[in-house]
Formats: sequence, structure tokens, C-alpha cells
Amino acid sequence: MDREETSARIAALIEPFNKKGVAVTDATRFTDDLEFDSLTVMDFVAAIEDEFDIIISMNAQAEIENYGQLVDAVVKLQG
Amino acid sequence: MTEAVNQPDQPETLVGGEKDLFSKFDSLIQMRTDLLSTGVTDPFGMVMERVVSPTVAICNGRETILLGTYNYMGMTFDPDVIAAGKQALDDFGSGTTGSRVLNGTYAGHKAVEQALCDFYAMDHAMVFSTGYQANLGIISTIAGKGDYIILDIDSHASIWDGCKMGDAEVVPFKHNDIEAMEKRLRRIPEGAGKLVILEGVYSMMGDIAPLKEMIAVAKKYGAMVLVDEAHSMGFIGPNGRGVAEDQGCLDDVDFVIGTFSKSVGTVGGFCVSNHPKFEIMRLVCRPYVFTASLPPSVVATAATSIRKLMDGKAKREHLWENSKVLHKGLTDAGFQLGTESPQSAIIAVIMPDLERGAAMWEALLHEGLYVNLARPPATPANMTLLRCSLCAEHSAEQVQQIIGMFTRAGKAVGILG
Repeated sequence: MDREETSARIAALIEPFNKKGVAVTDATRFTDDLEFDSLTVMDFVAAIEDEFDIIISMNAQAEIENYGQLVDAVVKLQG
Repeated sequence: MTEAVNQPDQPETLVGGEKDLFSKFDSLIQMRTDLLSTGVTDPFGMVMERVVSPTVAICNGRETILLGTYNYMGMTFDPDVIAAGKQALDDFGSGTTGSRVLNGTYAGHKAVEQALCDFYAMDHAMVFSTGYQANLGIISTIAGKGDYIILDIDSHASIWDGCKMGDAEVVPFKHNDIEAMEKRLRRIPEGAGKLVILEGVYSMMGDIAPLKEMIAVAKKYGAMVLVDEAHSMGFIGPNGRGVAEDQGCLDDVDFVIGTFSKSVGTVGGFCVSNHPKFEIMRLVCRPYVFTASLPPSVVATAATSIRKLMDGKAKREHLWENSKVLHKGLTDAGFQLGTESPQSAIIAVIMPDLERGAAMWEALLHEGLYVNLARPPATPANMTLLRCSLCAEHSAEQVQQIIGMFTRAGKAVGILG
């Protein structure tokens, strides 16, 4: 799956978690812009893991701050 | 000569508002200041002036029933336990001043490890200076680079810190969710080492894990299983070995982690295991090697207490009775509890928010009752909880008194209608 398709699928998954309707770009930060708390992060990560059948470990999550980095990580994890 | 040259090492004085290393705590400092400015007693600064028994202490000059001490089996004032501690002080001195692998292993340390092997009917036992260090040491040592740790999201801080200290990939799953755990196990790359970490009793809500089902899934995927039974030892299971024993799956647990600071009634932590290579842990586990061992009096009290807990059937039954009565009493009074039915000796009372939780905590203290105030971020779902832990030494009358205190305080604070 290429980056564009991956991004589109993640964009659909982020909708229910984007309570304030923030316009999401590659630079959008999960904690600062989308105001995700730790529980939201867990549910959101689980949704992505199930969609792509991958594991995003806590170690990998620590490197991901914004949307663009998440898309890149998911592309890479799909191999 | 300028002043600057005279004092080359003196740090720059920061004036108000500038950032320094403590700036990251500003929001917490503010939260605490706001809470205390309401005039409430600091819930995290209480001092017990005198301890009368496992269930009663003098706090702020007032006789107080203790309902938040994890002293489940009430062993802290057991005459045999105290006598063993005094004898060890006389015979072996006040401390070992050394690591277990150097000069810090006395006869008493071997004796308490043997008591643990006998208690759990397992081959190996390793005693750490605290329960926190037991999790820190075992988890960080056995799961290394390239291995995967799959753990419940509501795991205790010592488990998370053990994960952080090691080099394994850490993968949490939703609390007690068997399907979520299985999905993650299935996705782990072939050939990678796997460790599943569960707890028997989760201490915030007092709920238990479906260990039998979860461990069966973990074994299907070839994972090793570590279960923290800190809050169940001595109380749950036919022999007090914990939730895994109660559910008939203790044989499938590779590592049981426990503590001396709850049912055993002193301080220290341990891991018991049947793994044939377990003894090598004594040389490779840094939180075991690079710290001083427990004082002789502590291991003597622990060993005596553990052996007495083997015959604790009558106490266990009374503690279950206490838990059931308190759970029903608080439910009938109108409180919202962490579990629908009593599952352990912990009963969590859910508060509407931190402010009213702190007010309720203080009102209970004025009634003469001590419970734990648990607040975010230590709690699941950012809840404020009043956590009650019962003791086998609480009398039936004390439990009724407790229900009365909760009801009066709940009405005074406006939590009950």
C-alpha cells in the first residue's frame, strides 16, 4: 500500500477521535494539536493496528509526534 | 576583577517565570495548590502518630480505623512475627550492609526463600529489597532486545518501569481484554521472544483478571507468562497462592511476582518460578545485585509470617465475609463501586471529581476512618477513587461502623442524596 492510500485510511480512522474537528495535515501533533490523552492514544493506536494488522509498540510510538510521522511509520511497518 | 570571575561556578539565579528543570511540574504544582487552597487536609501528607493494631491508629490525635493499608491478613502485630524479628535483631544485627551476591546473604535470607518455595510449592524463589524492585529486576532482565512484552494497560507502575528499563518492544492491550491480547500476540514476528505480563488483582479497582483464559491464549502463542500477585497472596486461592491458584492455572505461570508489604506485613519483594535456569537471575539481575539486601529482622518476620499464612484458612474466610458485607453496605448506601461484585479485599468507591473526592476523604478522616485517595494519573480513565482495603482483623462491628461513616460523610459532602 502506498503512502497516499495509507494516509487516506488513517485519516478515516482519526475522525471519531478528532473531537474538535482540527484540520489534519502531516504537521498536526497528536498531543498538542489534537489534545489526545493517554487513553485516546491507546484506542486510536488499537484502531490503526487492527486496520493494518500491525503492531505499533510503545517504543515506536515514542518516536511519533505528528500525523506525517505516523503515516510514515505505518507504511514502513506494513513492509 | 569582576564578580563573575570570582564565582565562575555559581549558577545563574532564575527569576520568577523563567523555565528551569522543574517547569515540567508546574501544572501538577498548580493542581495541588488549587486543591489545598480550598482548605482541605493534604491527603498525601498524613502522619500516623501511633499504630495501635493492624486496624487502628492515632492520626491527628484521633483514633482512626485503618481501611487503606493493604494489611490484608493483619500480620503486622502477630506475636510470633514480632518475636522472630526481635530475635533476629539480637542475633544478626540491624542490617547486612551488603548486596545479596556479596556479604548480604544471611541464613535468614535463605530461610525466607525456602518459606516462599514451600508456600507456592515451587522450585526457586528470589527475594528483592522491595516488590517494586522485583518487577523492575525480573522484567527488565528477562525481556531483552528483539523480545516483545505484551501487557495489560492498567499494569502497576513497577511493571511499566521494568519495561522502560529493559530493551524489549512494549505492546500494551486494553484492560482484561482477551481478544485484544490475542491480536497482538498473533502479530508478533515469528521467532521473537514473548513475555505476557498480567496481574491477579488490579489494585485500583480491585477487579481480578480472567487468568485461566488469558494464560491459555498466551501459551498457545508460545509466550512466557509473568503474573503479579501482590494483592492476592495470602488471601485468594485455597492455599492463599493467588488468583492463578484460585482459577487452577498456577502451573502455567512461569513467574509469580509478589511482595512482603501487603499480606506478609513487612517490606520486600520476590519472584518464584519453576524455570530450570532461574538461579542465573541472581547474577544478571541488576536491581538484585546492585542494592543492599533486606535487614535480618525483616526477613525473619517475613519467613515467620509466610509460614503462618499457609494455615490462614479461617482468616481468609473472615476477610471474604468482610469484603462482601462492605461491598453490599456501600452499594445499598448508594455509592458507585469499581466492581459490581466483591472480587478481592479492595473496594474502590468512585468519586465524581478530585475536589469532591478530597472533601469526602477529609470527611471520612474526621469520622475516624482512613482510606486511600487515588487520583489521576495513577487511576484508570482519570477517575478519582477512594480505595478501601480490608483486613482479616477488621471485626464485623468495625465493618458496620465503616458503612455508617461512609454514609454520614457521603451525605455531608453531597455525594449521596
